[in-house]
Amino acid sequence: MDLLRFATAGSVDDGKSTLIGRLLFDSKAIFTDQLESVERTSQQRGDEYTDLSLLTDGLRAEREQGITIDVAYRYFATPRRKFIIADTPGHIQYTRNMVTGASTADLAIVLVDARKGMVEQSRRHAFIVSLLRVPHLVLAVNKMDLVDWSQEVFESIEHEFSSFAAKLDVPDLTVVPISALHGDNIVSRSPNMPWYEGPSLLHHLEHVHIASDRNLVDVRFPVQYVIRPQSLQRTDYRAYAGQVAGGVLKAGDEVMVLPSGFTTRIASIDTADGPVGEAFAPMSVTIRLEDEIDISRGDMICRPHNQPAVAQDIDAMVCWMAETPLVPGQKLALKHTTRSARALVKELQYRLDVNSLHRDDTATQLGLNDIGRVRLRTTVPLLADEYRRNRLTGGFILIDEATNRTVGAGMITSAS
Amino acid sequence: MTIHEYQLSQLDYLEAEAVHVFREVAAELERPVLLFSGGKDSIVMLRLAEKAFWPAPMPFPVMHVDTGHNFPEVLEFRDRRVAELGVNLVVASVPDAIERGLVAEEPNGSRNRIQTPVLLEAVEKHRFTALFGGARRDEEKARAKERVFSFRDDFGQWDPKNQRPELWNLYNGRIHLGESIRVFPLSNWTELDVWHYIQREEIAVPSIYYAHDREVFERDGMLFADNEFCRPREGEPTFVAKVRYRTVGDASLTAAVRSDADTVEKVIEEIAATRLTERGATRGDDRVSEAAMEDRKKEGYF
Repeated sequence: MDLLRFATAGSVDDGKSTLIGRLLFDSKAIFTDQLESVERTSQQRGDEYTDLSLLTDGLRAEREQGITIDVAYRYFATPRRKFIIADTPGHIQYTRNMVTGASTADLAIVLVDARKGMVEQSRRHAFIVSLLRVPHLVLAVNKMDLVDWSQEVFESIEHEFSSFAAKLDVPDLTVVPISALHGDNIVSRSPNMPWYEGPSLLHHLEHVHIASDRNLVDVRFPVQYVIRPQSLQRTDYRAYAGQVAGGVLKAGDEVMVLPSGFTTRIASIDTADGPVGEAFAPMSVTIRLEDEIDISRGDMICRPHNQPAVAQDIDAMVCWMAETPLVPGQKLALKHTTRSARALVKELQYRLDVNSLHRDDTATQLGLNDIGRVRLRTTVPLLADEYRRNRLTGGFILIDEATNRTVGAGMITSAS
Repeated sequence: MTIHEYQLSQLDYLEAEAVHVFREVAAELERPVLLFSGGKDSIVMLRLAEKAFWPAPMPFPVMHVDTGHNFPEVLEFRDRRVAELGVNLVVASVPDAIERGLVAEEPNGSRNRIQTPVLLEAVEKHRFTALFGGARRDEEKARAKERVFSFRDDFGQWDPKNQRPELWNLYNGRIHLGESIRVFPLSNWTELDVWHYIQREEIAVPSIYYAHDREVFERDGMLFADNEFCRPREGEPTFVAKVRYRTVGDASLTAAVRSDADTVEKVIEEIAATRLTERGATRGDDRVSEAAMEDRKKEGYF
């Protein structure tokens, strides 16, 4: 059994909580005591029906105000797959939460209400999915029951969304007409929409092919931790632990270590369960090299003829996550793979209007939830790829050096 | 060779993620410690920590916040496992803290809440900066919103509205003096994942997790063992039932469930079919209010 991580974007109005409640309920991931507790709360508040959003909105403030303020993680499994849902709120003031949820997602579900069709919010959600390079996008056209299961309505939304998504470079789009409330096209195909020939939503989630989404071409192994047992039996053992970020590594492969540029060969790929023949993302392994080279945390093992950029000038799309704005001239801490650096904001090239995709090149700062293109200069070189090529070696976070808070997420567009 | 081979199973994925988290903490934070309760989640954590640094020993000690309300099977298990791994064990004792006057026994006899000051005192004394905990997001709705690296201020408090965003596999472990990070490597595991892992890795867990005969009585619809920490009241007759524990906490508060599952395979079968969450079925401490866990976490609980 493998694992699929997906993010959902939308608000209670789009039926997102109902959809998640339905998926959890139909896969028996909601338990009697959870349901009873939700029913009790709903009743106490005087709701007319059991509000399934109470299942995911766990914090006191959320339950009191009836809103989702943070990413909630939910889990369910079918006999084919385990699923991790990153449930993110849909409104514009929560853009950073959606960015966070999308960063680890294999797939994203964007919901629209069939009666309303595409709205500003749907465009924003699709844009964030493409910005974060989520490999698969599902547009769930919900509330089909309220438009008399109309093929025409569905096709017009599908058409409008597809032409918008084409501009965004979305690799794989699937559009499904559903009724989350009644369960149509959720687990099995709906008899109410015989004209729809695609898969049910759950069938798609179970079968979508994700193995080839990871970068299996460019070998990238950020060194995380040096393992040197101080024991008498293993005096000479020295190895480099980390999580593979790209490519396939094999014992015997010629490799280069950056930033030093030394080359050597992989002696073995070790795990506590014994050596393995090859390693690929996202395996956590320990690599022994044939030659003794000075290597430490933050270095990168790659192939001599396929290296990341060794760069201090970084161009990136940045999503700003703090109340105090990002401004040129600012200095921040930066974490990229296992490497930490300080970064100077050299230039804000433009701020993007996430609804219209209009680029405002007169912008002087990025506020909370703003996305813009930024040029940074780092104190030490980053060993970086373009984010579109590799999400793990192309993404970084920005940290306020005074408060230590994570204040931004960056996706590298070019590094030199 | 097909591309299909380059796909990890769900257990391999979760293991790789947890190992990454352990190494990240060891690399970035100065004085980590692993909180060990003797429960199945912390037992799985010990295995993962062992794997993360193999063949070197894990580079941090283990701490047990001892409520004094222990199942004897669990204490025996703790001591045996710690000796096998050759790691240091720090015990923060609640009975000792009561004697010293740091905390006072609560009227209902529960030591759940008064563990928190004891934990925080030990953190301060040993200057621990990172505490590994076995909490999972599927356990409880406040936990569903907590980060893998969960920042605590210098009072050990969690502020749910003020959490650091976590993107990709990048964790922010930066802290000022006196602050700390609670780290939850099992965040994305479910109860079933834990048991599948116990099965695959052939990990020993205390015998009370498997079905056995025990003298119990019923209270609030739950079955409690008749032991020195938890005596039946009037009108609570005791009887012998075949039970097992789904969670292991304070022996005065943790209930057993009726079960015939005396092997790992049967436990997995039972959990896959159950319609109650593990905490809902067995934990008196979570029943106080809708936000009981959130409130305790804000005070600095695990």
